[in-house]
Amino acid sequence: MYPRAFHYHRAGSLKEAVTMLSQLGEEGKLLAGGQSLIPLMKLRFANPKHLVDLNFVPGISYIKEDKGSLRFGALTRHAEVEYSATAAKIPIIHDCAAGIADVQVRNRGTIGGSIAEADPSGDWATVLSTLDTTIRCLGRKGERTIPLSKFITDAYTTALGPEEIVSEIIVKNPPKGSGGAYLAFKRSAPVYPTASAAVQLRMEGDVCEDAAIALGCVGLTAIKASQAESALRGQKISETTMNAAAEAARAAADPQPDMRGSAEYKRMLVGALVKRAIELAIRRARGEQVEVSHLYA
Amino acid sequence: MPKTAAKAKRSLKPKEIVEPAIARVPITVRVNGRPYSLAVEPRILLVELLREALDLTGTHVGCDTTYCGACTVLLNGASVKSCTIFAVQADGAEITTVEGLEKDGQLGSIQKVFGDCYALQCGYCTPGLMLSTYQLLSHNQQPGDKDIRKAIAGNTCRCTGYQNIFKAIQVAARSVKGG
Repeated sequence: MYPRAFHYHRAGSLKEAVTMLSQLGEEGKLLAGGQSLIPLMKLRFANPKHLVDLNFVPGISYIKEDKGSLRFGALTRHAEVEYSATAAKIPIIHDCAAGIADVQVRNRGTIGGSIAEADPSGDWATVLSTLDTTIRCLGRKGERTIPLSKFITDAYTTALGPEEIVSEIIVKNPPKGSGGAYLAFKRSAPVYPTASAAVQLRMEGDVCEDAAIALGCVGLTAIKASQAESALRGQKISETTMNAAAEAARAAADPQPDMRGSAEYKRMLVGALVKRAIELAIRRARGEQVEVSHLYA
Repeated sequence: MPKTAAKAKRSLKPKEIVEPAIARVPITVRVNGRPYSLAVEPRILLVELLREALDLTGTHVGCDTTYCGACTVLLNGASVKSCTIFAVQADGAEITTVEGLEKDGQLGSIQKVFGDCYALQCGYCTPGLMLSTYQLLSHNQQPGDKDIRKAIAGNTCRCTGYQNIFKAIQVAARSVKGG
């Protein structure tokens, strides 16, 4: 399949990419890993006249630890995150990176591209919503940082201006006593999940001091399930509190029926994923090494 | 003439379908160790470059939607789906296709093991699976069952049921380890 013909521009730096975007106007689009954009272009759902390729920009693929935060360069591939010992310090980030699609897609797809694409079925936005995440952006007027909660505004829609680029993703290290887990339920590796749940908890003994719960693929954006969080916060975790959180997550979900399942099925599924993710998050908060991977039907 | 056909004819007026001239982009790639310099239209995918411009038809097009992995090649040592990367993006890169797995005109070790283990039936998915195997074994010489399953999760086979492919990868891993 051939996409519509387009003009190809290779940026040598992020700054140059911003300049190119501002010159090309609305017909220009950025190409990062291309694992969403290229299929969309082949199906002619996206028909940009100009592509600005970021893949030849040096120095924008990195994972750094810095003042209690992890910093991810925009072009860091999912596979680089998957194999990074630094990134694994926040286990939920490793869960996400290691489970996205398949080896080939992880070798190519990028964390910055995924966030900027804001696909409702993407994994990164769901996971990063449970952490203190800010998005660093570069535009013609310079830099700004936007909290993730304000960055993704709707399906495929972000706060980025037309000439703005994601340059870095900054994630604060969770406080001591924290544990998190991300579970995505998929029919096979290369497809988007049917539903997913990210849970990040801070525990003191059996009591949950703080909770962040986000649901993926069951709404136009990742959904922060605040009622589900409240069901855990300040509570001793028991079967009852976990069920209450799962129930609240089901209520918060707003799934669409599609070829992956009915709305009701997805609602049931996301509740079950939340409950399992809570159990795994607690074990990790206690210091247990738990391997978490995506679940297949 | 039916109304729709008249409409279709109208929309095909040359004036309306002419795109502004698209500049071809000069690129240099090394494929299986051999250097090539050519100019490509930006929308040409890597798999099309390999198959049509370079006549390396071992790399297959299966689904053409980033699902099946039949088009898997190595780009600077990392497996990618060549239907989901533009040829211009491979500029300066080292590419390995299934043709590059052979050694001096003989089947390479992974190719041989796939045959010995009956790990193929129609053979359409096989080049992609062998390159995914190559990618796995170049990072992990002692893969466990889970590692193998994960390594080939992006390759679809509609004939074998995967059991013999799985066995072939286990055998290939042992032969790599043994030298």
